[in-house]
Amino acid sequence: MSIFVDEKTKVVVQGATGHQGRFHIGEMLSFGTKVVAGVTPNKAGEEVHNIPVFDNTMDAVSETDANTSLILVPAKFAKDAVFEALDAGVKTVVVITEHIPFHDAMEFVHYAKYKDAVLIGPNCPGIASPGKTKVGILPGSIFLEGDVGVASRSGTLTYEIVNSLSEKGIGQSTCVGLGGDPIIGMTFIDALDAFEKDKKTRAVVLVGEIGGTAEEDAAEYIAGHIKKPVFGFIAGRVAPPGKRMGHAGAIITRGKGTANSKIKAFEEAGVKLAFFPNEIAELIKKYS
Amino acid sequence: MKLLEYQGKQLFENYNIPVPKGIVIEDENDIAGLHFPCILKAQVPVGGRGKAGGIKSAESIEDAKEKISELLDMNIKGFPVRKVLVEEKVDVKKELYLSVSLDRSRRTPILMISNEGGVDIESVADELIFKELVNPLIGIQQFHIRRIISKLKLDKENEKEVAGVISKIYKLFRDYDCELVEINPLIISSKGGVVALDSKVIINDDALYRHSDIVSENEELTPLEKEAKEKGIAFIQLDGNIGVIANGAGLTMATLDALIYYNGHAGVFLDLGGTDDPEKVKQAFELMKKAKPRVILLNLFGGITKCDTVARGVKAVISKEGIDCPVIARIKGMNEDIAKNILKDAGLITAESLQDAAKISCDMAGD
Repeated sequence: MSIFVDEKTKVVVQGATGHQGRFHIGEMLSFGTKVVAGVTPNKAGEEVHNIPVFDNTMDAVSETDANTSLILVPAKFAKDAVFEALDAGVKTVVVITEHIPFHDAMEFVHYAKYKDAVLIGPNCPGIASPGKTKVGILPGSIFLEGDVGVASRSGTLTYEIVNSLSEKGIGQSTCVGLGGDPIIGMTFIDALDAFEKDKKTRAVVLVGEIGGTAEEDAAEYIAGHIKKPVFGFIAGRVAPPGKRMGHAGAIITRGKGTANSKIKAFEEAGVKLAFFPNEIAELIKKYS
Repeated sequence: MKLLEYQGKQLFENYNIPVPKGIVIEDENDIAGLHFPCILKAQVPVGGRGKAGGIKSAESIEDAKEKISELLDMNIKGFPVRKVLVEEKVDVKKELYLSVSLDRSRRTPILMISNEGGVDIESVADELIFKELVNPLIGIQQFHIRRIISKLKLDKENEKEVAGVISKIYKLFRDYDCELVEINPLIISSKGGVVALDSKVIINDDALYRHSDIVSENEELTPLEKEAKEKGIAFIQLDGNIGVIANGAGLTMATLDALIYYNGHAGVFLDLGGTDDPEKVKQAFELMKKAKPRVILLNLFGGITKCDTVARGVKAVISKEGIDCPVIARIKGMNEDIAKNILKDAGLITAESLQDAAKISCDMAGD
């Protein structure tokens, strides 16, 4: 099994005809993803890798039964695109776009909840279930089918960790990038809950970083609800307060969001923490 | 972007939130029309300016002139004072704290109010700060305001005025894409009305494109950080002497962290992001060189980004312009072998793991 996406996932890509859209539709198709439609206003009738392009998401969904949308449109148009996807009835929306004003994200995260849809991102690399599908821009080459679930606030660091797992023969059930923004849809708690219920997943890796309290919230949830072993990594131990460390959400404000606070919370919840990214694989071998 | 106090107060005025009468002065000889006594406030984008001597009061023209001149010569926590806000003195009966910010866990705006205004809110006990979450889809409603304001136990007249300010700052918070709108203190004057004595407004950088009326007077960045920002490169100067270049924010942070294991410290955080554009790589290296680190540590993971493309960009810069410090590279992922050969060829030291790369960097950077 896998969480949130699987063989039944049918993807519509919003922002399909740009350079990124074309490239990643190709990458997803070669990973085995069922990409069924693209959307770019005023480009109906075109094709990208033989996938039909529609003017709007409503048309794309009614023609192709797409149930998942991948948002690759520029930040200025992202809110509109997410609302459009949710109104068209897709049940999972993955928002890759970076630099979306967080007030926009706040609105579409709550609208997704109202529509009972899963929203992943923004500013995330997407989600992949090796052997089944990927919706996003994660590099297909790093994955190995297996039984470890990964949820992360970071992109490249996640690739690094997943790659080192795969090299050591530890495969993944699903890997989800939650996004580096201060406001994101899916949280560690949502991912943990799904991994706990997923029969295929036997252990979970959480990759956190400074800023906010997502890791502290997750630690509390783990202590009360999660029986599977959880492994962790926290980036930003030496980040100075008040500086935004590359991600909009990676900032220590008013003493909140420090790596120390997250490390302490994880340790108290029994999460095994790695100091270097490539140590996660060894920890998993040792403890699960 | 952090607004200066007077910019925040201009926004408050636009929203009909009462502020003291005031003028902004850039030259102590240009102070006609002041009324005394008055308060002189240095305009810098940092807290704790009162303790640093950045707020004074004046009784006469001569007094004001002298003190404004002193303030304009000051540098508060690294920020030169270029403007002084001169305001009429207001008699304070009671000081409240009021803010709207973002609750990241609940993904909503959060109202916070307290009777303990006028002090650093971090020093106020949590049970003395009253909070209300507002679902952004419904926006602020009367019940939110009734619920939070009743906890202050104000008299009816003041309650009504504070309620007005709450709905106005919520509107300002949403209209201007704010991270924070804070009034500390919001005072009740001895004459009865409420007045915002200070302002702290932070606007989300990603939304600045839709607020062209806001002018940046924020000098928080170092000259190199400013240059990097203009080029769209995530670049932060830190206290150490090792320049770190990596791709992706998380990986760059993890690389910084790796250094402390070997007692080394990063002097630069440079996140290349998802690019392998040779021009961007070149710009990044040029910036790094200007920061004059003792050692540069390049940590790359190639997924969609191809290692060899980045390596070619690095080699192009180094072979053309030279580099006067050792560069240690740790390269992993797509086309790593080709990339390593290119970099060795360019005279770089390559390491197999992050641990090795960090250790070599720290050894070479140490005294």
